[in-house]
Amino acid sequence: MSSRATPHRRIRVLIAKPGLDGHDRGAKFVARAFKEAGMEVLYTGIRQTPEAIVKAAIQEDVDAIGLSILSGAHRELFAEIVSRLREAGAGDVLVFAGGIIPDADLAFCAELGIRAVFTPGTAIETAIRFVEENVRR
Amino acid sequence: MARGDKGSTRGARPPADRREWERDVLAPFLERSPERAAEFTTGSGQPLERLYTAADPQGFDAARDLGFPGSPPFTRGVYPTMYRGRLWTMRQYAGFGTASESNRRYRYLLERGQTGLSVAFDLCTQIGYDSDHPMARGEVGKVGVAIATVVDMEQLFAGIPLEDVSTSMTINATASILLALYLVVARRRGIAWGQLRGTVQNDILKEYIARGTYIFPPRPSMRLITDMFAFCAREVPAWNPISISGYHIREAGSTAAQEIAFTLADGIAYVQAALDAGLDVDAFAGRLSFFFNAHNDLLEEVAKFRAARRMWARIMHERFGARDPASGALRFHAQTSGVSLTAQQPENNVVRVTVQALAAVLGGAQSLHTNAMDEALALPTADAARVALRTQQILAHESGVAGTVDPLGGAYAIESLTHQLESEAMELIARVDRLGGMVSAIETGFVQREIQESAWKLQRGIETGERVVVGVNRYREEEGTKIPIHRVDPGLEREQVERLQAFRARREPEPVRAALGALRAAAESSANLMPAIVEAVDRGATLGEISDVLRAVFGEYRENVTI
Repeated sequence: MSSRATPHRRIRVLIAKPGLDGHDRGAKFVARAFKEAGMEVLYTGIRQTPEAIVKAAIQEDVDAIGLSILSGAHRELFAEIVSRLREAGAGDVLVFAGGIIPDADLAFCAELGIRAVFTPGTAIETAIRFVEENVRR
Repeated sequence: MARGDKGSTRGARPPADRREWERDVLAPFLERSPERAAEFTTGSGQPLERLYTAADPQGFDAARDLGFPGSPPFTRGVYPTMYRGRLWTMRQYAGFGTASESNRRYRYLLERGQTGLSVAFDLCTQIGYDSDHPMARGEVGKVGVAIATVVDMEQLFAGIPLEDVSTSMTINATASILLALYLVVARRRGIAWGQLRGTVQNDILKEYIARGTYIFPPRPSMRLITDMFAFCAREVPAWNPISISGYHIREAGSTAAQEIAFTLADGIAYVQAALDAGLDVDAFAGRLSFFFNAHNDLLEEVAKFRAARRMWARIMHERFGARDPASGALRFHAQTSGVSLTAQQPENNVVRVTVQALAAVLGGAQSLHTNAMDEALALPTADAARVALRTQQILAHESGVAGTVDPLGGAYAIESLTHQLESEAMELIARVDRLGGMVSAIETGFVQREIQESAWKLQRGIETGERVVVGVNRYREEEGTKIPIHRVDPGLEREQVERLQAFRARREPEPVRAALGALRAAAESSANLMPAIVEAVDRGATLGEISDVLRAVFGEYRENVTI
């Protein structure tokens, strides 16, 4: 927390689990790996509503949100999260996603403004580099 | 060949003992040809020795540690003839969209030789939300079928003879409601409850640990479970009222030893809770069933299933004083490992599934689900599901492994790994005991942290390339393979919501209100909840309404997460 006052504060990331699925192995791994890469990481736990995720992102003033979902409800929930972020004036927060998201939905995610989707088999370094390079500083 | 080497006579006779072999054969060989790695481990990190011999495992006593199949400690299998008598049940987990759509998939599988049903419910059904609840948005019919009412349940099983098939339902927090729906459908068709065979998963403890579809806090959840044990023992005697599951613990990243340790520790908690509720151990123990993961490491997995059986027999007889031998017989369903499947080069998954299914069969599973090759991408298409079922049929009819009981029994490596897994798992169970049992161990987060730590190590191994995953961190293809993907029709959610609302509008409101009131009174007392739930669904109460009554009385569980 103390680093927030410094001009080069650490990147703050919210790892969030929208939807009802309990598959949190990936989210927890990413959260820990980001932490070890020097970021400040908040993890919401499972079954978060879009509303709760956006609220947490704003309260915690995060630079990026990583959405993890494996239930197939990503289209509905991602759309709602992104629109709530915009409404709350936080449309510039970097949003990326991971989980079971079919190739056919990648264009849909991109149109929403989700900047990257990391599907199974992605090396964690790829995701870390992506956040480091794309977060607004 | 060695004859005449440097005029020594040594090559002419085999080494007299292990030390001589190491000195005369192994050492010079290693000199010329070193091993691929300094250490070898199993898939979950158990040390794996270069060679096991008749001296392994230390202190092994075949009469005590193996015995004979169909008798304690059941290491070699729970039935005397195993698959020579009856093959395992081929039971493919399936369900999506609406009841009628899932019904079509079940008939497709039954027509192709599947021998039991396994119902996948959507997350709303699993967490006690009707399809029109705000939390249900986007989830209706996605990972399974949406069921809220007795009409949905009637459609799900339309044309399927409930008196002949055995039905497994992956349902936990709302298991009482789904079993009640099944019972009411059977009664309306004139089928006696005594004829019904099947299983509800009903294992809430692993939901807090790994799977996440809990609703209520642990203690009232345990009551729902023991109520079902008592009810089924009396009313639905051939039904398995629980499937104590390690599958999801392993999927969450545990080791093989943790999988069996935490599963059996959950089992201990259920048995203890039932005893505390006044049940006699031999009245229900024989109906407890288990569910394990069949992962990639063939030898370790076979050993794991054997170790679990031996441990459970000892636990039931020594710890709980069960007298009936059947009370200590660990019967289990196995499913091949979902997390081991790769999205890259998905056809390779057919091979992974084959190896995993072989482990389950060599390990003596009573029923088996084989994953489809496309499940790292989506729910399976009908074609992919067919190949998965055919994989089991090939193992059953072509591989030859079903013809003799416990074919790997007595293999030095298998017996050593069985022993090693048993020792490690017993040590973990002792740690859980010291924490005051599984409910307390979960409440303190001990179990979750142990699994998280293993998951972290496993994944680091993949990231560093130390652990090879073909097609992912080695042997990659530049061009991805495209295979067809199953898609759930997005219009289904609206359709399901409309059906549900029409059902609510059509039913008589007064009997529903009365039944929900009676359920609330039962929940506030110590009465068995099953009869009140059966009554409520029969009168037309929905899954969400019943869950809401119980939420109001029991409260809701909040997970305590640490990274």
